[in-house]
Amino acid sequence: MSLIVFVGVNVVGDPVDMLINPEADQAEIQRVIRDLGLDRPLHEQYLFFVGNALEGDLGKSFIFGESALKLIVQRIPATFELALTALILAVVIGVPLGVYAGMRPTAISSRTIMAGSILGFSLPTFWVGLMMIMVFAVMLGWLPSTGRGDTVEVLGIEVSFLTLDGLSHLLMPALNLALLKISLVIRLARAGTREAMHQDYVKFARAKGLSESRVILVHVLKNIMIPVVTVLGLEFGSLIAFSVVTETVFAWPGMGKLLIDSLHNLDRPIIVAYLMIIVLIFVIINLIVDVLYSVLDPRVRIKDAGQ
Amino acid sequence: MSETVDQSTVMPAKVETPLQRFISDFSDNKIAVVAFVVLVAIIFIAIFAPWISPTDPYDLAKVSILDSKLEPGTTSMDGVTFWLGTDSAGRDLLSSIFYGLRISLGVGVMSGIIALCIGSVIGLIAAYYGGKVDTLIMRVVDIQLSFPAILVALILISVLGTGVDKVIIALVLVQWAYYARTVRGSALVERNKEYIEAATCLALGNNRIVFRHLMPNCLPPLIVVGTVQTAHAISLEATLSFLGVGLPITEPSLGLLIANGFEVMLSGLYWVSFFPGIALLVTIVSINLVGDQLRDVLNPRLQK
Amino acid sequence: MSADTPTLDVRELKTHFFTKAGVARAVDGVSFTVGKGEVVGLVGESGSGKSVTGFSIIGLVDPPGRVVSGEVLYNGQNLLDLSDEGMRKLRGDRIAMIFQDPMMTLNPVLRVDTQMVETIRAHDPSVSKTDALARARDALGQVGIPAPDERLRSYPHQFSGGMRQRVAIAIALLNKPDLIIADEPTTALDVTIQGQILYEAQKLCRETGTSMIWITHDLAVVAGLADKICVMYGGRIVEQGGIDDVLDHPVHPYTRGLLGSVPGHNTRGQRLYQIPGMAPSLLNLPEGCAFQARCPRADSACRVEPEITKPVEGREVRCFHPHLDRNEEVGA
Repeated sequence: MSLIVFVGVNVVGDPVDMLINPEADQAEIQRVIRDLGLDRPLHEQYLFFVGNALEGDLGKSFIFGESALKLIVQRIPATFELALTALILAVVIGVPLGVYAGMRPTAISSRTIMAGSILGFSLPTFWVGLMMIMVFAVMLGWLPSTGRGDTVEVLGIEVSFLTLDGLSHLLMPALNLALLKISLVIRLARAGTREAMHQDYVKFARAKGLSESRVILVHVLKNIMIPVVTVLGLEFGSLIAFSVVTETVFAWPGMGKLLIDSLHNLDRPIIVAYLMIIVLIFVIINLIVDVLYSVLDPRVRIKDAGQ
Repeated sequence: MSETVDQSTVMPAKVETPLQRFISDFSDNKIAVVAFVVLVAIIFIAIFAPWISPTDPYDLAKVSILDSKLEPGTTSMDGVTFWLGTDSAGRDLLSSIFYGLRISLGVGVMSGIIALCIGSVIGLIAAYYGGKVDTLIMRVVDIQLSFPAILVALILISVLGTGVDKVIIALVLVQWAYYARTVRGSALVERNKEYIEAATCLALGNNRIVFRHLMPNCLPPLIVVGTVQTAHAISLEATLSFLGVGLPITEPSLGLLIANGFEVMLSGLYWVSFFPGIALLVTIVSINLVGDQLRDVLNPRLQK
Repeated sequence: MSADTPTLDVRELKTHFFTKAGVARAVDGVSFTVGKGEVVGLVGESGSGKSVTGFSIIGLVDPPGRVVSGEVLYNGQNLLDLSDEGMRKLRGDRIAMIFQDPMMTLNPVLRVDTQMVETIRAHDPSVSKTDALARARDALGQVGIPAPDERLRSYPHQFSGGMRQRVAIAIALLNKPDLIIADEPTTALDVTIQGQILYEAQKLCRETGTSMIWITHDLAVVAGLADKICVMYGGRIVEQGGIDDVLDHPVHPYTRGLLGSVPGHNTRGQRLYQIPGMAPSLLNLPEGCAFQARCPRADSACRVEPEITKPVEGREVRCFHPHLDRNEEVGA
């Protein structure tokens, strides 16, 4: 994986052309090439890179002259804040709508919800983002169109959601990023609810004289949350990947925007570092989802404990 | 009781060809029929864009900077009406969209077809030979599918660079795994059926069994995955082009048109990115709706 | 309420299912009573409408089914007139139900104590959680579950099928109901477990004076348990009466067929009787008696719906040609 990325990124273009002042003399060019390690054969550069990577050094950015890893790690909180907010929005909006549609599959309101979810799947994220900016920022002027707004430092991490200004900056990009996942959650919740409603345990819960709200909110919801949480956990990685698009549209200073800028500038240490980190994030997310799954589903939890 | 119900509800056998039956099943859903008609119209526009566009937006001799940023419905000095307005270079947006559809659909469909071919062959190989070959192929498929398509595409673009051919290669590499998995799944089911055993007993060659016997039976799910994947490919290409890492400026797809509009949108020129987006949306929605209905009709478990 | 008002009095109950293929008359004019402390066996083949009758009483018929007409009088009050909320208050409190498949009736992701405590608190929110837990523990002990304290904290999948059914019965008993509707509660269980559950059920009814409707297709189960039997066929009760009386001297040809097809000591070596044909579809029942196509005694008279007659004391039968000779061999 790292090999493919590394070799690939290095043949994309010649960073020397872009980085060096065209009027620089030959000695200057040689010095820069040597500084950046570009004069060595590719396989040596790779071994050098792997050796450094193991020590936590993924190279220096050609543009910023700083450690690529550091540049990306600095941007992680912004991206995570965006992705997490989107995830929460997906659950808060998607689950109630999905459960409602699952309880009354033939009602017109439910069909409207499902049509909306098909639309949500089809809408190109970036275009919806543009339209949101146009309507809410340009035409109505309710929300700011770009940036992160005022941030507050919590435990050494800059966050937006604790200030009113930051929150208003966060709302549109998070909703934009959440759109696809809302549609997904609606479908999952609807399918789960429809299935659960025909189960004996729901009928038995009613036969016990439980109120309809307890039947739905406890008996049905607890069962459908298992697939919803599992899938959403896995989708968190895709949220981070898709934040590339949303961050570009809303100029959100996260790692996705950094990647796109770096792709334009052929700043390959950053590209490589980004890909390494995103793979790591995916591995960690998968682990967390496994743990979450066993917490939610007693059948899995107790089987594991017994082993 | 269930047995008796089955008996009593047996319909008198109608004489219907499979195609007639398919058409009548498909027409059950009126929305899908509308989507299908829209899709046919879009494909027609895409194919005949150069002949039906009001103007040629890329003929520098005809595009005048004086016509730039005109609102929808304005008529130029030459007497041409710009129904959807013009962009900042004075190009007619409607014509740009027609040409853009041509490129977007072209790239999407072409990558879809190539991915379908490659993916199907790989899936068939996995299913037919089984064992280590199967394990290896499916491991690669699983790893790839565990990453979001946009990320895989970005990795590939960063590796391959930009350009029409590179974008198509990236889209193919993103999609092939879905086809491979689909084909392998249905081929595994078919492989254990008696007619394959019969074909093997007749000592027919591997190629013949795979392509003449296995392949046709894997077609229905493949068609469904194909429609959905093509919609994905079109959307993904638009996203990449919007991000500036997709198609070059010389091949202005819908994604690029929208990106162009982004630059002027903040000054109130909403139409430059609004209308190409609508075109993209209508295309994707109609493909998805047709795909949804195809899945319902072609799914043997749901057949009445 | 006079002393002789039955706990439950079902009158001309009709529950139909409005499906795309037509109207299925699952329950079509069923009348019977359940006295205080009485156990009534509701017997029939699959699709005879016996389960739907049970669900109609408790007001839980799934769409597209609907109670069309009739009365369900509980202590003289018509349950069909009650509001949804009124019915909810009754369910699980005064009228409880036990389902067929113990693997499916308990919610797999909720602990047993949660599922028991909520049953108590749904009907009396003033009960504290501690008191509710104590009652739940007592109920588990009552149905013979060892170490109830520990079991309360378990999840349903940690119980065997028989144990789960005991838990379900314990839940039904929690609020000391007047009537329990048991929908084939032993069908899914092993024969030995079946016996234990039957024993417990019988004991509990005797001890608490609870009335019970026991729905089953198994005549042997009813024989040892019920005071009264109602035999259902094609959505109607074709014969009802005292349990020993009906089993010894069945009058309706269908009841005779059912009894004849049960293997017993004295049928050893003989060919068992089979009722010819299959149970009819509820979607297109024949005009008149539903059993006519399979009945050895059917003639042209059976094309008209037979009215309820009382050929013998304490017996109700829907048949034009009942077996009235008391010495006739069963199954002939």
